[in-house]
Amino acid sequence: MELRTFKAPRADIHLIEGGSGPDLLFLHGAGGIDASNPFLLALADKYHVYAPLLPGFGESEESTCIRTMLDFTLHTLDVMMGLGLDKPIVVGHSMGGMIASEMAAIVPNDIDKLCLISSAGLWLDDYPIPDIFATMPYELPELMFHDPVAGAAMMTAGADFSDPTFLTAFLIQNARQLGMAGKILFPIPERGLSERLYRVKAKTVLVWGESDKLVGIPYAQAFKQAIAGSELVTIPEAGHMVMVEQTAATISAIGKLA
Amino acid sequence: MKFTWFNLMPWPHLPADFRQKNKSVWVDIDSKLYDPVKGHDVYNDYMDMLEYADSLGFDGIGVNEHHQNAYGLMPSPNIIAAAISRRAQNAAIVVLGNSLGLYNPPTRVAEEFAMLDVITGGRLVAGFPVGSSMDINYCYGDIPALSRERYQEAHDLIKRAWSDPEPFAWNGRYTKLRYVNTWPKPIQNPPPIHVPGGGSVETYDFCLDNTYSYSYLSFSGYIRAKALLQGYWDRLTERNEPDESPYRAGFAQTICVAETDAEAERLYKDHVNYFFNRCLHVAPGFADAPGYRTIKTIKAGALSQFSPDLGEAAHMPWKQLVDEGYVIAGSPDTVRERMEDLIKGLNVGNIFCLMHVGDMPMDKTRYSTQLFAEKVMPKLRNMWPDYADDTRFWPTPLEKRATPGPVSERKPTTGGA
Repeated sequence: MELRTFKAPRADIHLIEGGSGPDLLFLHGAGGIDASNPFLLALADKYHVYAPLLPGFGESEESTCIRTMLDFTLHTLDVMMGLGLDKPIVVGHSMGGMIASEMAAIVPNDIDKLCLISSAGLWLDDYPIPDIFATMPYELPELMFHDPVAGAAMMTAGADFSDPTFLTAFLIQNARQLGMAGKILFPIPERGLSERLYRVKAKTVLVWGESDKLVGIPYAQAFKQAIAGSELVTIPEAGHMVMVEQTAATISAIGKLA
Repeated sequence: MKFTWFNLMPWPHLPADFRQKNKSVWVDIDSKLYDPVKGHDVYNDYMDMLEYADSLGFDGIGVNEHHQNAYGLMPSPNIIAAAISRRAQNAAIVVLGNSLGLYNPPTRVAEEFAMLDVITGGRLVAGFPVGSSMDINYCYGDIPALSRERYQEAHDLIKRAWSDPEPFAWNGRYTKLRYVNTWPKPIQNPPPIHVPGGGSVETYDFCLDNTYSYSYLSFSGYIRAKALLQGYWDRLTERNEPDESPYRAGFAQTICVAETDAEAERLYKDHVNYFFNRCLHVAPGFADAPGYRTIKTIKAGALSQFSPDLGEAAHMPWKQLVDEGYVIAGSPDTVRERMEDLIKGLNVGNIFCLMHVGDMPMDKTRYSTQLFAEKVMPKLRNMWPDYADDTRFWPTPLEKRATPGPVSERKPTTGGA
């Protein structure tokens, strides 16, 4: 996978690209993604993967002019169009799923294959989504993974929070990434998507980890109900980071869109 | 020097094991710990204290805004300010302040501050804080990465609402109003404005650009504050603006006065401990929402006012709290000496005196306050003779001001309940 820069009208961003096969646009979640991500690497075996990093994520410059859900959606559509992608498979995880859903609702004729993995964007009063902004880093693995011990090892590789240099770097990354994500996820990760989902025309596959403690299975069912003809694939022994915990099963679910 | 008797208005009935059994004193604190009937006495006692401070000659009496917490019981400081303003007839009413971005529309702040200034005959100090992350983000749902932009727009709108003599249209990003026409307008237009800050360069510049006084409200005391306030004075030098009036800055300090140092420890130790142990027990996840502080500020290494690091003070012995300046406590002579260090060391003209601490009862609060007013304050009054004429940061009230009239004359002659 290669990391390169890309100039979108509202922000200069970084983009991870690689692999061969049908075009696939992957939209990351609030935790971001990097070029060594095993899920992206596995996707690249079957697809030509484009994974743009939102402003403030990874090496992408921060943007002060992207503020609202519409800004996020149009920016990502700008990236898709700017890359010359014609009806790519659009896959979004968590916050990325929220953006992907909005795109598919706003330009239903330009997106005909959609995969939402543990997607954010809806709110069910009976199943309040935990507040990731008030969650300490060491509490995250429990929320994100079916196997929190293995998950923690993955998340904290080499981390030492008692080292002030590391801590400052971590706080800066958090302020950039979660600060940006907060524009559409804080304080409630819902911006009216449920009122627009009826517009989605894409063939849609929903992928959910059976033990997702962040955006639980009731949300998968809500998406299924809202998007006509969508198919739900639930994956055992997987949490919110289903594509990392059960990579093969996730990729096989995406394969249903072919 | 300007001394403001400042009360956070903490809830004084938290259980001894509060810290052990509760996640946070703020945001999601157990509401069963609040008792409105006890609260009736708490509010009235606290307002008595503010009025008492006025009677002793404090220059200002101060209140501030916090939400959903037991650390400070003033979701609306303007209500307390209005309630005390009729009995407290001389001191400046220091509202430090209204979190501008939380008012919808922000012209509400222009209106209420104008009301306070008019009611008090021009005695208002208007505080313009952004607000703590707990308050604005977690309690009021303001999006952290957009808080500063919203604040800035609210600020510009409020200032114009005061100054523009004509009705105007406001097409902001966060507020759209076809007719802005604030009634009443303040007597002091604008009132002196103080901005509480936590060490961000942006706030230094904001204060310097607008001639606002920069207030550092820390609880870790004047010794640790030195670096941060020095940053402010250095910024002034960097900008080549040779105006080092100490009234450009303010500092909040916990102060406890007794006849002797030993008596101070005996009388106040437990209440100080209550404050550090229980009132400041903020869950680290609520202290600083990602995006609330700018990257520049994080890089500068400034910690949040409520950083978990302050938790260490909860376990410090009295001697250490005093030696390290978290608390200035002791006999009038000891306190005067330490206050001189503070005032000179930080180059500040405004002191926000935190004299009621934690669950301190009213008799002790009165005792400490009276000793400070009579035996300490007079000796510190003229520490900045060169700047005695600097009136930019303090109210200039009307000379002839109304006082509350006798109630009997206003009783209806007929009817009534």
